Order: sequence, then C-alpha cells, then structure tokens
Amino acid sequence: MIKVLFFAKLREALDCDQCSIALESASVAELRTKLIEQGGERWARELTAKNVLCAVNQRLAKDDQQVTSGDEVAFYPPVTGG
Amino acid sequence: MKVSVSVQEKDFDLAILSRVLRASANDVGAIASFVGCMRGSNANGSLREMFLEHYPGMTERSIREIVEAAGERWPIVACSVVHRVGWIRPGEHIVFVGVASSHRGEAFQACEYIMDYLKSRAPFWKKEVNEDGSGEWVDARDSDREALARW
Repeated sequence: MIKVLFFAKLREALDCDQCSIALESASVAELRTKLIEQGGERWARELTAKNVLCAVNQRLAKDDQQVTSGDEVAFYPPVTGG
Repeated sequence: MKVSVSVQEKDFDLAILSRVLRASANDVGAIASFVGCMRGSNANGSLREMFLEHYPGMTERSIREIVEAAGERWPIVACSVVHRVGWIRPGEHIVFVGVASSHRGEAFQACEYIMDYLKSRAPFWKKEVNEDGSGEWVDARDSDREALARW
C-alpha cells in the first residue's frame, strides 16, 4: 500500500485529502497513472497540470523516482507561504 | 548554530523571540529579522481573514534544511523561524525569521536567503477569504521563484 496525500487547491479540486493505492513498487509517474485510472477525467486534468508538485516521504520528488509499499506520497500545488 | 523552528497556530511575541536570539551566545553582535504580516486587502478588495494550510512534518523539515543551508554559507550563531498556520486576520503576524551573528552583513544576507527559500520551497498554502465569505487560494508568484536566482 502506498499512502497518497493531496493539499490545498488540489485537494479541493479532487475532493479528496488522502487515499491508499495497492502497489508494491512504482515510479511517481506510474503512481499518477494509477490514480488517474481510478479517479477519471477530473483527476487526469488536475494531476497532469504542469505545476503540480510531488513529494515522496516528505521530500520533493521527480516523476522517475521510485516509490514502494509503505511510502507516503503527496501531490500539491505551488507553495505560497511566508 | 542554534536553530529553532516552530509551526504554530498561536501568534508570537517579537520581544521574546528577539531576546532569545540575543541570549543565545555571548558573541552575538547583530540580529537581523523579518516579520511578514497579513495585508487587509488584495487586488480584488478587502479581506476578512486567511487560512494557512501546511504539510505537517515536511514543513518543519524543509524549513530546518533551508536554515542549515544558510548556516553553511554564513557564520550564523542562532536562527529562529516561526510560521503560523490556521486562521489569521488582517494585521496579524504570519512569519518571523530572525538571524543572530557576530556582524550585520551575514545576518542581513542569511535572513533574506532563508525568507526567499521559505517562500518558494516550504509547503504552505494560503487561502484568502473576502468580506463576502468567498475564498480563493493564492497563486504562487513568479517573482518569488525568480528571487532564488540571486543565491
């Protein structure tokens, strides 16, 4: 199981703050594809927006990074703190 | 380098934060600090309040990493970062970055560096609430990302 979190505007657009995906091992890109398969058109539009960021185990990650069961992955919009 | 990072709902007291930095070591000769506050309006008019969301765990870690990177570039004696989350009203504090060092040059520079990186890397998101109760997520600004280029 991979735990997936969504934040802020993206969380509201998907109407989902977290979910679990049954994958043993995958790249971030493959995980995104799996999420889109399950979520449909709106998830495809939101998760492929070019400014969406991804963190694996709370560190910024790129599409080719591998994730394995037990990891925590987050997708979120550009940050606006400070 | 003494580092203190706090992500909290409660507002903070500048006098206390400054005193702690000053007392952190006996060779503190300079303290440079930045305080970010909530403005009462945006381009669309007056604001009633703001909600600050964050990614617990990653937020603290990312700020700490930014401070550590600043500590490798400048001889910082102590650094304190406080960032509020949750509901904030116009005029209230949002963020404090304070840097104590022997001399002012590195304190000024480190303070700006930490603030620039915090704004474009730490996982916080602002949602502004207008007077009529409607809310909108704040878009990231290109100028904040471009500010990193000078470092």
